Amino acid sequence: MNILTAPWPWYVAGPMITVVMVTIFFFGKSFGISSTLKTICTIGGAGRVSDFFKIDWKSAVWNLFFVVGCIIGGYIAAVYMSPEQAIDLNPKTIASLQAIGISNPGESYLPTAIFSWDNLLTRQGLIFMVLGGLLVGFGTRYADGCTSGHAITGLSNLQWPSLVAVIGFFIGGLIVTHLILPVIL
Amino acid sequence: MNKLKFLILGVLFGIILTKAEVISWYRIYEMFRFESFHMYGVIGSAVVLGIIAIQLIKRFKLKDFEGNPIVIPQKQRKFWPPLLGGTIFGLGWALTGACPGPIYIIIGNGFMVFIMVFLSALFGTFLYGLVMNKLPQK
Repeated sequence: MNILTAPWPWYVAGPMITVVMVTIFFFGKSFGISSTLKTICTIGGAGRVSDFFKIDWKSAVWNLFFVVGCIIGGYIAAVYMSPEQAIDLNPKTIASLQAIGISNPGESYLPTAIFSWDNLLTRQGLIFMVLGGLLVGFGTRYADGCTSGHAITGLSNLQWPSLVAVIGFFIGGLIVTHLILPVIL
Repeated sequence: MNKLKFLILGVLFGIILTKAEVISWYRIYEMFRFESFHMYGVIGSAVVLGIIAIQLIKRFKLKDFEGNPIVIPQKQRKFWPPLLGGTIFGLGWALTGACPGPIYIIIGNGFMVFIMVFLSALFGTFLYGLVMNKLPQK
């Protein structure tokens, strides 16, 4: 058992996420990742068409450093700390995925048959990657936060709007997982 | 150079979410089917410890490393934006298997096609800025 290559259990990852959030507080900022999408729109000139993007983006640059770090961290984990075993999914989850046509569930981090360049311009690829990404970007800005800003920071700060947002996350997620995926896969 | 500390924190966050499989489409699917405790354990333990940490910060009026009081920004007290926006995000979360943090981390993991998910998310944010005045904002 190697702690670097074995998957980390929830009771290691959860507290470490709290450490990241609290450290950001002590650096004088607040944890929230979806706002980086708005910052990048602003830097790209979106303020010319909507006042929503007329913000002082320089005060948000720290967060761009954070997400560049995320990319590097993902790379380091994949190259130097990569597990050799498949994701230990519930057998019921695996059976349900196989029933809707996904082979080898859990062998990779994501179903590579869906998330591939070859599949990008198919109906399936457009729904999962382009429409999916669009909904993430639109929804997080409308909700004013995502999993980090609402579910982690907002709930930790006992904020009602964050609880409402997390309920919304689940309404949307349950609709797709139970009603839409079985139809489009 | 004082921004470098955020980059290092981001590296740590990217490693945590990769190692705990939070970036996995399958883990999100499994979560929305309530078939594993894993994701609930990750988010739940982060929140429970977060509540304690924030209570301590407020109770003892802790200051940040630069000596300024720590102020945790309040989300505006609205109902429809978090509910409707949250639901729209939830649809996208279950399709892509990724919330914004993992979108970046998945690209780092070498799934380069997620650059298209990222660009689509950017466009979604841009689209929101165009139509926000037509949406319920209370």
